[in-house]
Amino acid sequence: MISLAGRDIAHSWSKFVLTGMGLGLLIGVTLTMAGVYRGMVDDAHALLNNSGADLWVVQKDTQGPYAESSSLKDDVVRGVRGMPGVAQAANVTYFTMQVQGADGGDTRAMVVGVESGQSGEPGYLVAGRQLTRSHYEAVADVKTGFALGERIRIRRHDYTVVGLTQRMVSSGGDPMVFIALKDAQEAQFLKDNDAIQNDRTRTSANPAFNRPGVPGLLDAVQALQTSSHSVNAVLVQLAPGFGPDQVAEPIRRWKHLQVFTRAGMEEILVAKLIATSAKQIGMFLVILAVVSAAIVAFIIYTMTLGKIREIAVLKLIGTRNLTIASMILQQALGLGLIGFIVGKVAATMWAPVFPKFVLLLPQDAVTGLLVTLVICALASTLAIRTALKVDPAAAIG
Amino acid sequence: MKNNPLLLRRMGISALILGLVAALAYVALRTGPLAPTRVTVTSIQEGRLNPAIFGIGTVEARRSWMVGPTVAGRVLSVRVDVGDSVRAGQLLAEMDPVDLDQRLAALDAALARAASTQAAAQAQVADATARRELAAINAKRNQDLAAQNFISPGALEGRLQEKISADATLQAAQANLSGTAQDITRQKAERAALQQQRGNVRLLAPADGVVTSRDAEAGSTVVAGQAVLRLIDPASLWVRLRVDQGRSAGLVAGLKARIVLRSQPHTPLQGQVARVELLADAVTEERIAQIAFTTPPAQPVAASVGELAEVELQLPETPSALLLPNASIQRLQGQTGVWRLDGSKPVFAPVRLGASSLDGRVQVLEGLKAGDPVVVYSQKALTEGARVQVVDALVKASAGSAP
Repeated sequence: MISLAGRDIAHSWSKFVLTGMGLGLLIGVTLTMAGVYRGMVDDAHALLNNSGADLWVVQKDTQGPYAESSSLKDDVVRGVRGMPGVAQAANVTYFTMQVQGADGGDTRAMVVGVESGQSGEPGYLVAGRQLTRSHYEAVADVKTGFALGERIRIRRHDYTVVGLTQRMVSSGGDPMVFIALKDAQEAQFLKDNDAIQNDRTRTSANPAFNRPGVPGLLDAVQALQTSSHSVNAVLVQLAPGFGPDQVAEPIRRWKHLQVFTRAGMEEILVAKLIATSAKQIGMFLVILAVVSAAIVAFIIYTMTLGKIREIAVLKLIGTRNLTIASMILQQALGLGLIGFIVGKVAATMWAPVFPKFVLLLPQDAVTGLLVTLVICALASTLAIRTALKVDPAAAIG
Repeated sequence: MKNNPLLLRRMGISALILGLVAALAYVALRTGPLAPTRVTVTSIQEGRLNPAIFGIGTVEARRSWMVGPTVAGRVLSVRVDVGDSVRAGQLLAEMDPVDLDQRLAALDAALARAASTQAAAQAQVADATARRELAAINAKRNQDLAAQNFISPGALEGRLQEKISADATLQAAQANLSGTAQDITRQKAERAALQQQRGNVRLLAPADGVVTSRDAEAGSTVVAGQAVLRLIDPASLWVRLRVDQGRSAGLVAGLKARIVLRSQPHTPLQGQVARVELLADAVTEERIAQIAFTTPPAQPVAASVGELAEVELQLPETPSALLLPNASIQRLQGQTGVWRLDGSKPVFAPVRLGASSLDGRVQVLEGLKAGDPVVVYSQKALTEGARVQVVDALVKASAGSAP
């Protein structure tokens, strides 16, 4: 028994392979699109994982610190540390800004203020070391493009990059730069010099603060204006044997703060923060899948139409319909298989080039393979129908 | 042989399919979630640490003065300006004395009048003395006459009474005289007090120094205690250092310091901890120490007051112990430890850490033995028994080593 499909493919194999590769690139784009969506979700998860927290304590009635802004006084952490079930609590600040590199160009990054040796610190490095000085050192994600030893500028201070890490991103995919908490507090709330000068002038023009009979009042007011003791959130690690809700409830009730557990935070990040962009990509993915399916169907259909005479000859010599149908089906599946492999390899190769993280999951690939094969099989039915309707007389007519 | 082209074609196709499958297998196993995590490994070694304390501070003057009036008043003149060097006792500014000079003149007149009153009192004493002498002689003579019964006892008594009266008048005159002397003393004291007040409106330099601010101009009114001028002693500059309480272990007076001023980042200065304050800042969780400059010894430091400085305090070298880079330290469920490679699988080994140095090395007190392979860098967070691939470096070697 000879393989009709194999013979036919061998007959015009270059055409077949080229068609398969073209199809493969299309499948690759579809897989990449799925990867972009997975990457967005994974960015959100990476943000939660990297913070190393079990609970997030934020300002009451806010959904901070990632989805909304939240501001707490930095001594709140002491009260939280005293609550039952809290093993560790650490202040943290987040703010997204342009960070200037040594070459003068700036990179968009999320600057994270962390307390050394506490949760919030990058969990792993790829080069260099963790922060050891309490000021003016930074650990950066490799995506920022900063090198070890580089001097970067955040607001008015220069920071030395002492360590590099990887996959530390904000929910928006911006790479993170970790600096000491006190520096971050200053950087976050520090105005530029002109604004400070203007504020000072404004205050000194206010007769309530600049009273001739009370020397020193103006200085005190101005000192008060420039100091900052705020943070965005307190990261809490649970003591063994305590459940997140069990610890969160007393903090909510007695400290009058909002507390999110990991599940709640995931809900906020995945379901609320990236919901619209995820739907956008999902919509695009659906359209792409439909278009791919249509193209596959057309390719197989035209391929069949191209050898209508050969099929007529086959019929003329008495080939059974089943054999002809299986030939077309095998070819369609083969095309789908080649397409899938090319697509998967292509997607894997170009995924790291994307500026934001593209996560290609094996289960997505398996789903993609199954969907491709099903679509190919469905598409081949159209071609099979046409082939079976061919009049054997067409071979000689 | 006629099958040859077909055979070749088939072989070609098989090779292509094989290639594709191999590529698929490679991308499935070497990239993405199934790929092994690339890590770098170091073997733990013994060594010594040079720990140090790092902090930032501002340059301040150890000795500074606020020169101002002790009573409210108007500034008459300011004689020096910001940046001027002044000597101790130099006139810096003067307050408006208002009526002090007039009151002095009035006191002078009162003193002159008191002197006149004193002269009058002296004359009265002289007069009373003369009268008393006359009364004494008369009384003596009448006593003699009365003894010879030449005059009546009544006449004698009249003379005796005259003498007693003259005595009393003399005493009154003398008392009056000493009263005028006391009056003069009082007036003199009042004048001296006013003179002091007059001198007090002249603001003098309390010590050698440099004027750092001129807060009031001639004509402006200042309250008691408000500064007109501020002085500092430029030779007494030091750095008020703030050190994170958590990293301040070993902070004592006498430690050698390396001071980097913000204005001169490339020329570090030498210093020494002059004082460690007993009171720490409870809000910022910082301890406060003062660092005196030791270089250059003679000339004043070219630093401005309020300038930001970074200070590194060198602590004594630690005894030999196992050392690890701090990048390898992980915190897992409240435990501090490292990923130790057991064969080719990472195993979490809890450790107890000791002192650490600013260059990122930390002492391991227990939990590991010398020569244990420990994961330093990893591409992502490791888990117990994860597949790892040991490489030399995770990022290109073009990057320099961390300072």
